[in-house]
Amino acid sequence: MSLHNLDNLYRQTIMAYAQHPHHYKPMLGTEGYHIQKYNPTCGDVIDLAFNMVDDRVTDIHFYGDGCAISKASASMMTDLVVGKNRDQMMQLVDQFSKMARGEASDVKSLGEAQVLAGVTKFPTRIKCATLAWHALDELLSVEK
Amino acid sequence: MKTIKHDFPILDQTVNGQELLYFDSAATSQKPQYVIDSLVDYYQNNNANVHRGIYELSERATRQYEQARDKVQKFIHAQKREEVLFTRGTTESLNWLASTYGVENVKQGDEILISYMEHHSNIVPWQQLAQRVGAHLKYIALNDDGTLNIADVKRKITDKTKIVSITHASNVLGVINPIKTIAKIAHDYGAIMIADGAQSAPHMNIDVQDMDVDFFAFSGHKMLGPTGIGVLYGKHDILEKMQPAQFGGEMIELVDLQEATFQPSPWRFEAGTPNIAGAIALGAAIDYLTKIGMTEVEKYEQSLVADVLPKLKKISGITIYGPQNSEQHSGVIAFNLAGVHAHDLATALDQEGIEVRAGHHCAQPLMKYLNIAATVRISLYIYNTHEEIDRFIGVLEEIKEYFNREFA
Repeated sequence: MSLHNLDNLYRQTIMAYAQHPHHYKPMLGTEGYHIQKYNPTCGDVIDLAFNMVDDRVTDIHFYGDGCAISKASASMMTDLVVGKNRDQMMQLVDQFSKMARGEASDVKSLGEAQVLAGVTKFPTRIKCATLAWHALDELLSVEK
Repeated sequence: MKTIKHDFPILDQTVNGQELLYFDSAATSQKPQYVIDSLVDYYQNNNANVHRGIYELSERATRQYEQARDKVQKFIHAQKREEVLFTRGTTESLNWLASTYGVENVKQGDEILISYMEHHSNIVPWQQLAQRVGAHLKYIALNDDGTLNIADVKRKITDKTKIVSITHASNVLGVINPIKTIAKIAHDYGAIMIADGAQSAPHMNIDVQDMDVDFFAFSGHKMLGPTGIGVLYGKHDILEKMQPAQFGGEMIELVDLQEATFQPSPWRFEAGTPNIAGAIALGAAIDYLTKIGMTEVEKYEQSLVADVLPKLKKISGITIYGPQNSEQHSGVIAFNLAGVHAHDLATALDQEGIEVRAGHHCAQPLMKYLNIAATVRISLYIYNTHEEIDRFIGVLEEIKEYFNREFA
């Protein structure tokens, strides 16, 4: 028996990010933007926070107990949006959502996060991949 | 007990290219051909509305529907057949109680006593009731091994407690609660005792008279029956005083322009055309279980637990929730593997054809109480085998290796 089926979802890159997530640290409480998002199917909670300087993201970080997919996804997302402005972030959120739904998208703009396209073959796990992105989306829409 | 897996046609298939191994019976059980046949037989040969038609077919449907009530009565050892009400399931049974008995008997300042190990369906209806009438919802604490703290029952109960509602068997911790003992305490304080039997009725002998519960709720689909059918048992004297939750056909006696009189129980609680096929098929499920014998069912499941629990514990990094020895543990086993999130583990098992549950198991207050976000849960039933357990353990060990590699 081999577990090669698993490799479709748990790609090397995803597991590396999950084991050593970037921008993973507890909330300080002083961040300009902060949101807590909840995944009701599994009970996972994610905290996402950042500051904006001249309409550009600085100091983004996330925290919470999550599965490999949600951690890797949040990690890749935080890498991607550092230095981006509001419009650029919203575009990235849109591209990622499309990719997770299996729709045509500009995957190149998503950098490392494009490896998460494999999640479309695992419908029960799409919410894990999109959790951080929904958090960012909500934060951007609310604070507009 | 001889292997009965072949009685369950659904189990004979592959999932993700692997032979299906179903370890999620606490969520819903699979159905034997005998139960499936009873549904088909009803629709093919006997379908008509019950308690209405003056013709042969309706008489046949009514007879079968009422026979199912007799089977339930015997199965749970109720004193009277009229004490058995058909509902959609445990959730509906408990909601009915909260919205009828609860609203009529729980007043401002009164108390409702439940425990930290309840399923959401034995929490939220009481929460809603408490909010509506201004009552207090109190929680009984657990011991370190996950069993109910009986001393805390005595600490929390007061003369203001009107309802004590406790699960008979936990859907997470694998513990069986001493309902009889708790019922005695409840009655001493003038409260009624409700037991949530969703996880117990499929697996053990149920004697509502011996436990001396006032109400007992369970679901058909967790005990080999179809979905959408369940039972609310209630003591006759209490049912007679209770208002129906719903009104309409079947439950009335005489309807005037401005008022109506109702049938005696149980029929006045079964408004509208009931789930006739479901009730009959639940009766078939009871036949099937009774033929094996509930003592035998319990014994066989215990042998599976005695097999799997020590093997699980031998895997380093495994944490098992609830009692640690198999004599005290039911076939519901929640666990975590260090370094692998419950959801990743469940996906990995699914890739190998092994179906388990992962998440909060509709018991968020319990998860919070245990300070965990999610667990994996296996739940065993009569069609599971010792060979399946060995396969499961083998796969689990491989998955552990898979995730514990350093991915760089």
